Amino acid sequence: MSDVNTAMVQKYRNDFLKEVEENVEEGHWVKMCMQCGVCSGSCPFGPHWDHPPQEIFMMIRAGKRDEVLTTESMWMCTSCYNCIVRCPRELPITHIMHGLANYAHRLGIAPKMNPTRRFAGIFWNNIAKTGRVNELALSLKLYFMDGFMSGIKKGLAMMSVGIGMIKTKRLNPFALISHKGVKNPKELHVLLKKAREIEDRRKGIAS
Amino acid sequence: MAKKEYSFYPGCSSERKASASNYMVSVEAMCEKLDIKLNEIPDWNCCGASIGYAEGGELPRHVMNARNIALSEQNNPGQDIVATCAACWLGAKETADRLDACEQLLADTKEVLQQAGLDIHLKNETPIRHMVEVLIEDIGYEGIKEPMVKPLEGIKFAGYVGCQTNRPFGVDGESFENPMYLDKMVETVGGEAITNYEKKVTCCGGALAFSEPEKSQKQIKEIIEAAYDQGADMIVTPCPVCQMNVEVYQDQINKHYGTKFHIPVTYYSQLLTVAYGGSAKEAGLNGNIIRAKRLEDIAAK
Amino acid sequence: MSEKKTAVYVCRGCGIGNRLDTDQLAKIAESEGKCSLVRQHDFLCNADGVSTIRNDIDGEGVTHVVIAACSRRAKTDAFGFDDVALGRANLREGIIWVRPDTEEARETTQEMADDFLRMACAEIQYIKQPDTNQNAGTNKNILVVGGGVSGMTAAIEASKAGYGILLVEKTGQLGGWAAKLHKRVPDREPFADPVDAGVSDLVKSVEYEKNINVFLNSSITRTSGAPGQFSVDISAESGETVTENVGSIIQASGFSGYDANQLPELGYGKSPDVIDQAELEQLAIQAADGPIKRPSDGKEVESVVFVQCAGQRSDEPGHLPYCSGHCCNTSIKQAMYFKDANPNVDTVVIFDDLRTPGNGEDFYRSAQRKGVIFTKGKPQQVSPVDGQLEVKFHDMILNDEAAATADLVVLATGQIPNSGVDIEPAAMQEVEDGGGESAAQAETETREVQIPVESILNLTYRQGVDLPHLRHGFSDSHFICFPYETQRSGIYTCGPVRRPMDIAQTMEDATGAALKSIQAVENAVLGRAAHPRSGDLSFPSFRREGCTQCKRCTVECPFGAIDEDEQRYPLFNESRCRRCGTCMGACPVRVISFDNYSVDTVGQQIKSVNMPDEFDEKPRILILACENDAYPALDMAAQQGLEYSAFVRIVPVRCLGSVNTIWVTDALNSGYDGVMLMGCKKGDDYQCHFVKGSELAHYRMSKIDDTLQQLQLEPERVEIYEVEITDIQRVPALINEYAAKIDEIGMNPFKGF
Repeated sequence: MSDVNTAMVQKYRNDFLKEVEENVEEGHWVKMCMQCGVCSGSCPFGPHWDHPPQEIFMMIRAGKRDEVLTTESMWMCTSCYNCIVRCPRELPITHIMHGLANYAHRLGIAPKMNPTRRFAGIFWNNIAKTGRVNELALSLKLYFMDGFMSGIKKGLAMMSVGIGMIKTKRLNPFALISHKGVKNPKELHVLLKKAREIEDRRKGIAS
Repeated sequence: MAKKEYSFYPGCSSERKASASNYMVSVEAMCEKLDIKLNEIPDWNCCGASIGYAEGGELPRHVMNARNIALSEQNNPGQDIVATCAACWLGAKETADRLDACEQLLADTKEVLQQAGLDIHLKNETPIRHMVEVLIEDIGYEGIKEPMVKPLEGIKFAGYVGCQTNRPFGVDGESFENPMYLDKMVETVGGEAITNYEKKVTCCGGALAFSEPEKSQKQIKEIIEAAYDQGADMIVTPCPVCQMNVEVYQDQINKHYGTKFHIPVTYYSQLLTVAYGGSAKEAGLNGNIIRAKRLEDIAAK
Repeated sequence: MSEKKTAVYVCRGCGIGNRLDTDQLAKIAESEGKCSLVRQHDFLCNADGVSTIRNDIDGEGVTHVVIAACSRRAKTDAFGFDDVALGRANLREGIIWVRPDTEEARETTQEMADDFLRMACAEIQYIKQPDTNQNAGTNKNILVVGGGVSGMTAAIEASKAGYGILLVEKTGQLGGWAAKLHKRVPDREPFADPVDAGVSDLVKSVEYEKNINVFLNSSITRTSGAPGQFSVDISAESGETVTENVGSIIQASGFSGYDANQLPELGYGKSPDVIDQAELEQLAIQAADGPIKRPSDGKEVESVVFVQCAGQRSDEPGHLPYCSGHCCNTSIKQAMYFKDANPNVDTVVIFDDLRTPGNGEDFYRSAQRKGVIFTKGKPQQVSPVDGQLEVKFHDMILNDEAAATADLVVLATGQIPNSGVDIEPAAMQEVEDGGGESAAQAETETREVQIPVESILNLTYRQGVDLPHLRHGFSDSHFICFPYETQRSGIYTCGPVRRPMDIAQTMEDATGAALKSIQAVENAVLGRAAHPRSGDLSFPSFRREGCTQCKRCTVECPFGAIDEDEQRYPLFNESRCRRCGTCMGACPVRVISFDNYSVDTVGQQIKSVNMPDEFDEKPRILILACENDAYPALDMAAQQGLEYSAFVRIVPVRCLGSVNTIWVTDALNSGYDGVMLMGCKKGDDYQCHFVKGSELAHYRMSKIDDTLQQLQLEPERVEIYEVEITDIQRVPALINEYAAKIDEIGMNPFKGF
């Protein structure tokens, strides 16, 4: 994957703004930011961002490619859409942040250990497998993503939650074997594979 | 003959033994009383939820939603798509909007769907709506009130609208900063709404409750605290993620912050079902981990 | 005029009859007011009431009328008898609407009404129906000074309205700055691209208008006279001078560019590739929509940095403290010159605050769409490095030091008004030399920016050769309430001499000034005041034998209306006068008066009040309220039913500037327990309709403390307030607080003397 990254660096030289415009979802909006900072002030996780959206936009224009693509900032987005509805320039900020995170991830330079990045991977694979969420498998995968012992620990900490859910019939303890998704998961896999192919082609990412 | 008929997209969390199964139970009961017929989209799939972007990217995510829309167009032609889950609604609606706006994306999506013998038409033939829109716009507050037999007298509700039912699309005629429909709905069925609930549209952390539990639980703490500050008996919400996040972590928050939270978090559909004379079971109240005792009392009367 | 006959009409409508004993009021008018004809009426402003008065004027020979009814600001149409002297006793807004309708309040409320009637009767005895100004001019032509966009626009607008125009331009051609632009910022939809500057169209229009007479290579070497009768010398470079008469003057003298040589830190002078916006326009004209080449070696510019606020909005010595308004849009426009010719040119605008008001926002967005990069930062240094320029700046978003390299750097420097000589320091000097106690601007501003001192108008006025400045060297033009109105009647400013502005604002401004100048000549030929006492026929006159030639009136007149004659007596120019009475307030020997407004018309009102003795526990508070803001605020408080003390006696004044200190000392000597003066906001952002009146009053009252001390009276017995017209809640509260304070201090010991 880092080959893709190198290819992109060569392709765009130091015009990171152009790279973002062409490869990141809704990236063509970045140039329209007027630096008012309302997005940063509206973000519920704002204090946890190394670079809030306002700064990210500025950094893209300033060509700070590495800093933008390797930051954990975008991974703090909870998708609350506060920034979108408040942006006076009507930039789809949430989507741009999602797009940047996805792009960094696709280039293989997103922070490896970021929990949201890892959870997102687990989640997508979970739904792509059967077409629907298997909540039990999802939770277990999440708890055990850092290894067996860590998983047991986290699982124990979350036990009361899990038991509460099971008791109220909101979590199926047998879902690992009984979960049903769409009728023909193979067909769905074909669709998703094809979609990925087209997207990679459009963005010049050879996988 | 049903008064109203919709193509229904229930979503993963509403499935039997899934995290919002009790929401689904109460929605079914509520719709029956309101004479609403929900035709489930056959073989629907997950919307990708708010976290799907990171691994899924753009087109695969839209394909997931486009498949549902295509299935609805094929099997429930002419019917509005209705979702009860905020993320399902948002995902489907966003895809419809984006495909409508971008020819390239639409062509690519069509090309992909072809692989499964599906096609998508859009052109607003099938508006994608949230269940609360159906209630407010199609049924109306008068209509919501009509089947009421047991007003929810004496219960103070903090109406927690949350994020994705409210943003970026929201409900027509409501403000993003202070939407009033949930409060109006509460008052319509005889409850007392806390109209100045400070954290009405604050984010609970969403999917990051899994990956960034500490940061999310701080959000949740504030949401609950504000409800207590206003003397709320319980919280009511239209969103399964909000419901779950605000309800299930209360013990952990208590441990971490030394608080003594124990406040039920209910769905609007549970309120309506009880007000319409439904039993606690029909309202899915047995699905609440923190039991909504006062609603159960009314249901038992 | 025939023999004086005064009639008093007491209205019983609007509840006055129920609340007050009007028979008693009528009796007071007859016995104390010595009015021969007194009538009561149930509804004075209806047709019957009005015709009763009319018949008395026509049939009974009534020359002086007192209407005891509502506020002088109400029913002005019904009671608009302009052939008699008119007085009003404000029984409605002034009394019954601000007093509770209770038994215990009845006595003090009636006393208030009795006094208000006495005051009106006292005033009317000293009022004369004003004669028309005999010295009115007749000339309706308009002189426009300056042939740039503002001057040409003003000339065209006034010419189209049918007025003869003299358009004087210092250079050899019309067009001013705008003629040197490649293109201008768009003024119409879709506000997306630079558009033709439009100067040639304006010049054509000027040439087309038959009423416009253009003087090129000319300047104004003398201006004398007054509205309707200005006399100006127009001197050509050749030395030839013609004298012309005009009715009013529009000064559209525009601005000069800030000298970028004062910005060596930004590289100006160190490299020919650091230029200002005006110089870029030249390059753009040369390029004619093709690629712009840099001055040093003619290389096509591939990267350009615009530095906003260069030497502007800064407290640094030698910098302009203000924002010139147009430069953000101008840089956006100039960045488009590059992008439109070649989208691959890197264009970066380094800004602190990007200010693009109105549709400029669309223009800004358009530039962003074209790929112009906007960076929020503070430029620190521009220096030549390896045949290029390095711009070091502090990135204000990332809080980091940053640098950009470019082929060309454009500095957005500011506008400096061509406002002529600053006459204030000269005036200050005179006051200091004379040792007089004039208030003339207690505070002098330290001017760090040296502005050109060539006079624009060469006025022969006693107060100086040019229009007074406000802040930063811009001509004062009643910023808040009445734009274009300068401190010289009949002379209007428009465009960047008034405040920094762009072409679109300038054209709007010029149109406004044209309208005001027309209003001025039309009023002048009728011998009336233009603004703000529009239509007022009164004017000041003075008793020559009493004058001590102290010069205060000539120095303090905010409008430079008073010159000096050969014997150093004040020479009033009625047509320049705005009728504020500031001269009357200034005069230490009280020889200045208007026919219908004088030291006596107010002084006698003050004296006419029935003063209870010390042991009655009924204080009396005199309020002198400015009729422009404070008095309307009092009326509106009454309309809202807000209550205030029954112990106040209110006299409206034209301006606090007209308040002569004798009124205050007389009031205290005759037993008033306190005096409140209510005027408009003073200072740089003044709201005084007469610019300096409120400020002068504050100054004069600060001197009254000495008098109070001599009388051994507490300083709190005289208070001065700034009141805005919107202070509807505040005014009654101020009165009640003051009444409470007087209660605390106790009664004036001078009662009964």
